[in-house]
Formats: sequence, structure tokens, C-alpha cells
Amino acid sequence: MKRLICILCPKGCHLEIDEKQGYKVSGNGCPRGEQYGKREVIAPVRTLTSTVKVVDALHSRCPVKTDSAIPRKLILKAMRLLDNVQLQAPVHCGDIVIENVFDSGANIIATRDLDKVS
Amino acid sequence: MERYDLAIIGAGPAGLAAACAAYENGARKIVVIERDREAGGILNQCIHNGFGLHHFKEELTGPEYAQRFIRMVKETDINLLLDTMVLKVTQDKKLHIMNPQDGYKIVSAETVILAMGCRERTRGAIGIPGTRPAGVFTAGAAQRYVNIEGYMVGKRVVILGSGDIGLIMARRMTLEGAKVLACIELMPYSNGLSRNIVQCLDDYGIPLFLSHTITEIKGKNRVEGVCVQKVDKLGKPIPGTEINFDCDTVLLSVGLIPENELTRETGIEIDHRTRGPVVFENMETSVPGIFACGNVAHVHDLVDYVTAEGFRAGAAAARFCQNQIPAYDSKRVTTFKCGDNVSYAFPQHIRPEGINKYAELFFRVKRPVINAVIELKSGNEVLCSYKRNHMAPGEMEKIIIPKEALETADGLLTISVAGE
Repeated sequence: MKRLICILCPKGCHLEIDEKQGYKVSGNGCPRGEQYGKREVIAPVRTLTSTVKVVDALHSRCPVKTDSAIPRKLILKAMRLLDNVQLQAPVHCGDIVIENVFDSGANIIATRDLDKVS
Repeated sequence: MERYDLAIIGAGPAGLAAACAAYENGARKIVVIERDREAGGILNQCIHNGFGLHHFKEELTGPEYAQRFIRMVKETDINLLLDTMVLKVTQDKKLHIMNPQDGYKIVSAETVILAMGCRERTRGAIGIPGTRPAGVFTAGAAQRYVNIEGYMVGKRVVILGSGDIGLIMARRMTLEGAKVLACIELMPYSNGLSRNIVQCLDDYGIPLFLSHTITEIKGKNRVEGVCVQKVDKLGKPIPGTEINFDCDTVLLSVGLIPENELTRETGIEIDHRTRGPVVFENMETSVPGIFACGNVAHVHDLVDYVTAEGFRAGAAAARFCQNQIPAYDSKRVTTFKCGDNVSYAFPQHIRPEGINKYAELFFRVKRPVINAVIELKSGNEVLCSYKRNHMAPGEMEKIIIPKEALETADGLLTISVAGE
């Protein structure tokens, strides 16, 4: 039996996952919690959020995220990949920064607009 | 003198939501005054996700959440006045403002919404002993350096306080290549959301020391280390429990304080528990026509609730402009008193004329509790009771009170929480 706190929303349900009964989940407040509990025990995934360098914008960093969760073990590798990215303003929220990162199926996308400033 | 129906101070999530709601409810000449060079407030530096689950039913990052409201405001003719500081608000709703284009000027408004947010407690506020080297930052300041300005603030980090910003920064610093040695919490529990403990500390193997505090910061020019000690039940350091950490940076996540200098100077009544203005059910302060919403009123843990409050304030301000305010009977105001294990209740007053069938009351517990029973009492009579599985000071709670319960009470209701 594994005990976890569900992290899908701020409610933080206390889950119990029974590996011996086909990863049966209890304590979840919604169906998403059941899915999370199973996946968290079998192969955890996370959404990565970070920033990349941007030039000619109001700020020197542009926030980015993976548009779906990626395996937790890829997070640090993906971070190193972002070190070499440089965007040119204007940037639009949703612009793809890196496509299909490590074949995970997730893209890294910009999460804000940044206008070009001279 | 420029005249507005509504002047909103602050273009963070509270101010932007208030502007949208006021516009939708018929207010037309609206100005949102923001001291930063862009709208969005603190959301712009909160690049992590988890925002908007209640309001948009999806998981957004801070900048994405802000962006949606900025776009909504820009689709209207709401005047967004950036890079402008409000110096003073008078009771007759004249705003003294200043910016590089216009210099100093006074604008007048029929209604005002205070949405200035909050700011972080600093080292000075908690008085950590030791030397005063560089490398001690509030977590939010470090967040701005890292996420917006693009500066790394240190390599070996100790975080004091396990509030959400501290936890988020523990992960952020780790991802950017720093070594976060520990997160130190004075209380025997964390004030952060459980989800943040899991995905910010546990995921990266960062230890959380509960019932511990930093008792000395060492270093001449730059932080060279900290001494951490266990504390007893009264929060006093226990001799012999010293742990030394060799670090170059200390991040402080030790609480937020509503930013109410303007509010105080206006002469608006302040609640010493929330440290924000005392408000009624429609977010109106003790000065008619001046409203408050978001973290300036009380510190929230979820931006979705800030948005909801902004909507309420904006709608109420629009009604005020259109003279649609009901005739309130001052004898029928319900005031809330904090009983056992309740640190504050919000709003402080509810007028029955201002609600439909139900009123929402927000509050926080002082200590974590399981199998909790929340009771609302008038004298010794229990009017309503509610059950919760878990409650913690870091998670704001909400109860729904039927209008009849408010009407049977004679002005004063006590809210208390019992449990294990």
C-alpha cells in the first residue's frame, strides 16, 4: 500500500494505492485523482515550467512550459536543453519553443506575449 | 480635473478582475493604475503552473493566467495607466498620482477599488541574529531576479519558511542548477499547499526541517553559512540542537503582509487580524464607495479566489456608480467573531440586503486539524455546522451561510473549529 498526496489541484487529497490489487486507488475526491495515483506509482510525470533567454523584449527572460506532462526523469535533461535557447521578440503566448522534447510528445511553449521593444 | 466612474489601484489579478466585472456591469469610465511597467502583478513572475483550476477549469502558469485578463481588459476601453504611482487617496475619492509623462496630478473618481496586493516580510521583520552580508533575499525578490531579470541569486541555498513561494523557489533554484540544502520551518507543520511539498521538495530530495529555525546568519561580505536549531513548543531554540549549513544564500518565505499604507492614510478601518481593510459582503470598506479586493484585503493562497473577489468588488463598484446600492439597515449588520482555532474570518461584516440566499464566509484555522467540525454560533446556539476532513492554516476555507441564519442572529456570530 502506497500513500500519496494528490498534487493535481490545491485540495491535496490523501490517496492510498494498493499495488497488490491492480493499483486500486482510494481517498481520491475526483476521477483525476484515481488516474494520478496509478500513474504516480507506476511512472510519474510532471509539467516543466522554466524560462529561456529572449532579446529585444521588456524583460530578458521569457517563461515557458511543456504543453503536457513529461516523465519526471526527463525534467533535468529538458532544463539543460533550454540553456541554449534564445528567442527573438515579439513572442506570443503558445509559440512553440522546442517541438516534441525528447520524443515525449510534449512541446515546450512560451507562456506569455512579449512585444518587441527597441 | 480628469473624472472617472471607477479608479482601480493595482493591475494585478484583483485589479484586472475588478476592472472586467465593473465594465461588464455597466461602469464605463474606468482607469486601472499600475506602478509597474506592465499589468499582471506578481503573476508575471510566478512562471509555475497550477493557476486557474477553479476559474478556467484548466491548469495555467501565472503569466498565462494574467495574459487572459490583460487581453480582456485591452478589448474594452478601460484606461490602463502603467508606470504610475498612487501617492494618496482621499475620502472624497481624489487620487494623487505621479508618472514620468504627466508628473504629479490629481484625478477624481466616483468609486475606488483598492487592489494593491501584499508584500513579503523581510529579515528585519523577523529579526534573525547574525551578520548582515549579501545573499539574504525574500523568496519573491529572488523569484523576480531569476524568472524575469535573468539573474541567478546563489549556488548553495537554505530556505527559511515553507510557505508556497519558498517551496516553489526551492524547486526553481534546483532546476537552475543550485543546491538547495534545506527548507527550514518554525512551525511543526508546513504552511504551504501539500501539492507544493510533494512536487517541489520531495521530487528533488530537499529535506524539510519542521520545528526548526535559523538562529544565526554568518558571513562578512557574502553569506557563508547559517546555524539552524530545533525549537520548543513556544518557538524558543533548544541549545545543543545546532546544525550548521555551508551556504551562500538564504531565501526567506516568512509570510505576506497586505500593503495598506494608502488605505490607512485614507482613514479606512483596518482589521488587525487580516491586516487589511474591514469590508462588507460586497467588498466595500468603511468608506462608502471605496472597495478592496485580493491580497490587499487578506492574503489568499489561490489566485482563483482573488479573481472571484475582484469580480465581486468590480460589480459592486459598478452598482454604486449607477446608484443601485440597496438601503442598508445598519442595525442588521452581522459581524463575525473568531472562536476556537480560527485566526480570521472574512468578510468582517455581512449586510442581509447585500446577499441573495446565501453568504460566503472565508476563514483560516490557527492549527492543522483532522475530522474538523466548523460551528457558527449566535451566543450558545449553534446555527450551522460543517464538516471537513483536513484543515490547515495554509489553506483558506469557505463556508456557505444561509440568509435565514444571518437574520436570526442578533448581530454577532462566532465561528469556531473543533477536531483532532
